[in-house]
Amino acid sequence: MKIQPYNNRDWKSHPPYLYEAYGSSVKRGPLQKLVPITQTLSEITGPLFSDIKLEQGEADLTRSAQTGIEAMGERIIVVGKVMDEDEKPIRNTVIEIWQANAAGRYQHPVDQHNAPLDPNFIGAGRCVTNDKGEYRFLTIKPGAYPWLNHANAWRPAHIHLSLFGPSLVTRLVTQFFFPGDPLISLDPILNSIPTKSGRRRLIAAYAHDVTEPEFALGYRFDIVLRGRQATPFEKSGR
Amino acid sequence: MKQTPSQTVGPFYSIGLTRQTTNVLVSDATEGQRIGIEGQILDGDGKPVPDAMVEVWQANAYGRYHHPDDKQEKPLDQSFTGWGRSGTDKNGFYSFETIKPGQVPGAGDSAQAPHVNVTVFARGMLVHAYTRIYFADEPANANDRVLNSIKNKARRQTLIATGEKKDGKAVYRFDIRLQGDRETVFFDM
Ligand SMILES: [Fe+2]
Repeated sequence: MKIQPYNNRDWKSHPPYLYEAYGSSVKRGPLQKLVPITQTLSEITGPLFSDIKLEQGEADLTRSAQTGIEAMGERIIVVGKVMDEDEKPIRNTVIEIWQANAAGRYQHPVDQHNAPLDPNFIGAGRCVTNDKGEYRFLTIKPGAYPWLNHANAWRPAHIHLSLFGPSLVTRLVTQFFFPGDPLISLDPILNSIPTKSGRRRLIAAYAHDVTEPEFALGYRFDIVLRGRQATPFEKSGR
Repeated sequence: MKQTPSQTVGPFYSIGLTRQTTNVLVSDATEGQRIGIEGQILDGDGKPVPDAMVEVWQANAYGRYHHPDDKQEKPLDQSFTGWGRSGTDKNGFYSFETIKPGQVPGAGDSAQAPHVNVTVFARGMLVHAYTRIYFADEPANANDRVLNSIKNKARRQTLIATGEKKDGKAVYRFDIRLQGDRETVFFDM
């Protein structure tokens, strides 16, 4: 069986496992050299969730399904396109997001930050990309929150995302940030990305064409997953 | 276009990723031998990792993946997608209920030993890590190209899950060590 492999992980774009300024990576990032694997059916396949049935409103985080009441904070619309390295749209792929509320607190028992919880904000959403690879969420702008990595450490406001793409090797978990946030340059998690262009690519753009009058500001965050090599067994030239 | 950089799942991923139960891959209709897979995720000090997450992806009992790029003429089992996700508990344990996968072809059309593909995420892991679970009682392990590509036999052993019978069902134990002298083999793929 002919296998058409995907491109390798681009280690100029992704962080290393060990990045000392991010304290938790020191004991948790694998230290041994990764063992190279020739892609087989096991790697070029992966979960597609083609029969997934989303509930009404899963892409709208601003309203609690239980109470029907609106969450507190600044409404935002987040749109973007999921594509591969050749700019081909990735259709019908599931995106899961999670985030803190407007006050910078997660609806999670481990989060003990002394900031108010919002009973109408869970902070989780899902959607599936359309035929052009596009997605759209309506949510609340998350607040910055403190963490214990170093003295007076604060995470810049961010939204976490999880994507699958067409195969096991296209899997991606990441987070995006908001333009102009003064905490961005101080964040060791973002700074773990080795290139400036890589770090810049995790900052969403303000999108006035997405902003809706009298309603909410718009942001655009495009996502690029690994592309596929053109010919089976041909070595990647990059 | 350049790949979007990876970032950690952070400590609060369960809000978005494990609210629903996703670690049971089988239903009554699923074909194949029922097995359990469970284990602990451990950091460089041997301490359990309570905020890690494991995803599995595997072929069905016939050795076919539920995916259009798997064009083998083997039966598809419509009641088995082969994907699952488990968070870790406060002691670092994850678990799955699944079936033993069949053999799928590998490099040069060799037959790969039955295996489960594993992706590991955690707070503190800036990039997810890929590994594989093989089964100690499978003679096909001896000829598996991926296993044999790991020259150090002790390291190869980190990919082998050992089974025991619990209530008549085989339960395989597969611990994942992120660091240390028995660090699990992770793949560049
Ligand atoms: Fe976060």
